[in-house]
Amino acid sequence: MTRTVLTVDDSRTMRDMLRMALAGAGFNVVEAVDGEHGLEVLSAHRPDVIITDINMPKLDGFGFIEAVRVDDDYRAIPILVLTTESDPSKKQRAREAGATGWIVKPFNPEKLVEAIRRVAA
Amino acid sequence: MDELEAIKVTFFQECEELLADLEGGLLAMQDGNDDGDTVNAVFRAVHSIKGGAGAFGLEPLVRFAHVFETLLDALRSNEIPGTPDLTALLLRASDVLADHVSAARGLGVVDMDASAAMAAELKIATDPNAAPAPAAAAPAEEAPAPAPAYVDAAAPIVIGAPQSDIGDGLDDDDLGFDFQPMTITLDAQAADAAVLDGNVWTVSIRPKSDLYRKANETALLLRELSRLGPIQATLDDSAMPALEFLDPEAAYVTWSVRVETDQGEEAIREVFEFVDGDCDLEIVRGEAPVADVLATLLDVAAPAPEPVVEAAAPEMTFEAPVVEPVAEAPVEAPAPVVEAAAPAPAPVSAPAPAATPVAANAPAAAKPAQIDVPGPGQSVIRVDPERIDRLIDLVGELVINQAMLAQRVGEYGIAPSSNLAMGLDELEQLTREIQDSVMAIRAQPVKSVFQRMPRLVREVANMTGKQARLVMDGENTEVDKTVIERLADPITHMLRNAIDHGLESPEERKAAGKNPEGVVRLAALHRSGRIVIEVQDDGKGINRERVHSIAVKKGLISPDLTLTDEEIDNLIFLPGFSTADKISDVSGRGVGMDVVKRSVQALGGRISITSRPGLGSTFTLSLPLTLAVLDGMVVDVAGETLVIPLACIVESLRPKAEEIRPLGPVGSVLAVRDSFVPLIDVGLTLNYRDRSPPPTEGVVLLVEGEDGSRAALVADAIHGQRQVVIKSLEQNYQQVEGVAAATILGDGRVALILDVDAVINLRRRGPPPPSDPTLIAAE
Repeated sequence: MTRTVLTVDDSRTMRDMLRMALAGAGFNVVEAVDGEHGLEVLSAHRPDVIITDINMPKLDGFGFIEAVRVDDDYRAIPILVLTTESDPSKKQRAREAGATGWIVKPFNPEKLVEAIRRVAA
Repeated sequence: MDELEAIKVTFFQECEELLADLEGGLLAMQDGNDDGDTVNAVFRAVHSIKGGAGAFGLEPLVRFAHVFETLLDALRSNEIPGTPDLTALLLRASDVLADHVSAARGLGVVDMDASAAMAAELKIATDPNAAPAPAAAAPAEEAPAPAPAYVDAAAPIVIGAPQSDIGDGLDDDDLGFDFQPMTITLDAQAADAAVLDGNVWTVSIRPKSDLYRKANETALLLRELSRLGPIQATLDDSAMPALEFLDPEAAYVTWSVRVETDQGEEAIREVFEFVDGDCDLEIVRGEAPVADVLATLLDVAAPAPEPVVEAAAPEMTFEAPVVEPVAEAPVEAPAPVVEAAAPAPAPVSAPAPAATPVAANAPAAAKPAQIDVPGPGQSVIRVDPERIDRLIDLVGELVINQAMLAQRVGEYGIAPSSNLAMGLDELEQLTREIQDSVMAIRAQPVKSVFQRMPRLVREVANMTGKQARLVMDGENTEVDKTVIERLADPITHMLRNAIDHGLESPEERKAAGKNPEGVVRLAALHRSGRIVIEVQDDGKGINRERVHSIAVKKGLISPDLTLTDEEIDNLIFLPGFSTADKISDVSGRGVGMDVVKRSVQALGGRISITSRPGLGSTFTLSLPLTLAVLDGMVVDVAGETLVIPLACIVESLRPKAEEIRPLGPVGSVLAVRDSFVPLIDVGLTLNYRDRSPPPTEGVVLLVEGEDGSRAALVADAIHGQRQVVIKSLEQNYQQVEGVAAATILGDGRVALILDVDAVINLRRRGPPPPSDPTLIAAE
């Protein structure tokens, strides 16, 4: 079964990087450009794992995670947040919002896939 | 790595957009137009540039972006106040950032001293108490740099697994990850067999409900532990209440896991990194008193385990079989766990299943059109420009074909009211609409050119000691890509000119009762099928007396000529007018407005100026919306069909014999109202014939060359106006003097598009042209 990963990031570069790494590891990738868009894509594709950026227009990563976590249909989906450096306060806020784990940018494909494995059934 | 290169290209494209956003946001802040989210958008722009740069290991860019970002972060969290000075600093920093991006792209170099100085300024702005010594700034800039090595930076997600190669590692794991690791045994004795002292750990995990709320999962933690070595897990559900008191969202169980690994405590702790704080974790070396746990476990009433699982993780139903056997059938227990775990490595061991269109497309995405983020809301399609160019070519062929068809039908003398003729009319209509729609695909907002201008204005203002504010309008006005690429130069030039010559110095402005800061307005708009660019300044306007005297001094006009104000203003476009005496380094690099005018006219455009003394000047530039099609006049010359660009034609007329005056041995001029215009027989100039028929038998097209000079082109007959598709002659044949390009007409014949300027110049090289200044000034 191919798993679907939803990547939410306003940076096209980052989305492309994620896609390359994930598609290369056999994941099906769906993308969203911000939190609001992420929620729309979420209902259309029901991903197995979500990877989201924090700084985004419209709805940021924190808001997006919170919105996913209050939805009974989606709250069990693991969410990994992308953080640029291991900023403890940002990571903590993301966790409080309901993030399952995190990936530190810049990531390499191995680390990315490993992080997904750690949270995905 | 090709794919990575393609992403790098994307990154730099994105950088351009982000830099534009950054500058746009900062300018909005400068104008006091920020809506609260602006500073966030500005922060995000720098943040995203840094993020992408980090991915590509572009160290200097990352470092500078980091310092910049830190200041913006402080600003957006109101740690420091926003002031006009700060915004000005940020704008200058954005210029340095842009330089870093260009340098990373291999276009130019960064002045590292200037960059370090700017970084130091940014740091002081972030924290005024920081050591202001510039010497300290450089090393400090190094400090916060995210480590270039992926390994270090990504360390937090390393779980200490020995695999260095992901494929191999997980494949092995796939095989090794069998019944053994997850055995949940009731037999405490079994554990003793393979104990190596020091390598056995007991991990007790007591998840809190928060762990599940964040979609973490005990079973996955156990699976991760099992990657370190064989494990035996024991469940303690003694805290489990009776079903009726059970809170399905709460956590009640404790796991005790015996791990046999030589990777140490650190590796075990890393497994629990994501759930740190969300579970009570205890890691002790050596065997745990499993039997004790077991005792309580066995005392538990039989029905309990099932609800346990559902309580713990309502969505993860697979856990049910894991736990259930604890009480009933321990030997069978591991099997479902393995099944549950198996899918995780699966994507890795099968790296290219290409099961979905998305995955299949990804590697090939560089070349074909990419569909970017197909969201349910707004969606954007990125298409290779070559595809669009091809489409435009094809539509051009369609237009030609349709015209041919119409002509053929016309030759049969079919009544215009017949169904066939009416159908053809509809076809023509549709063809035209398709053509417009296709051209619209390639149309782009002029923003991409406009966004380079604020920086230019800042730089020119700095260099000339003027204070200038740029106001832009109509950035979203769309124009064909072919035109956009050629807008930058004239706009740059007009802006330089407006600041350098239009605006007064702050002192002069104050003396004149004006705001010391001058305003330069750059606007784009559509007007009657053309794009109009206006550059307006609120400076002193053109000094007509001075312009007039310069023009006289340079022999461009005769001293006794009376000119209207408008005519004087337009003298600045005359070749030879702008010289060092008028144009400084900044404005022209020795290039005058005549060059601007010429390059604009080469695009089929026009440029004009209006000026009001003391109030400022406005340059107006109008260009066709596309360079792929051209409105032309189809004429007959010596049996050949030619197209003359409509933009060059001032008027057409039938000359009367008394209007034609001979000039010199072969030449002649035509009297048009108050001036004389050289008559040029196109057929003669292009060597279609040896001698000209009397001009009175033909038609005269009064044309204006790029330099404003006029000529009367003589043709045999006019067929009418037509929009023609431009085909390059250089690409398909070779350059021909006097011919700009070619097109294919309705009857299938190739018609040459006349290069009016070249024709005028060809003629000039023959007999000397009449150098009557009124010809020029007549404009």
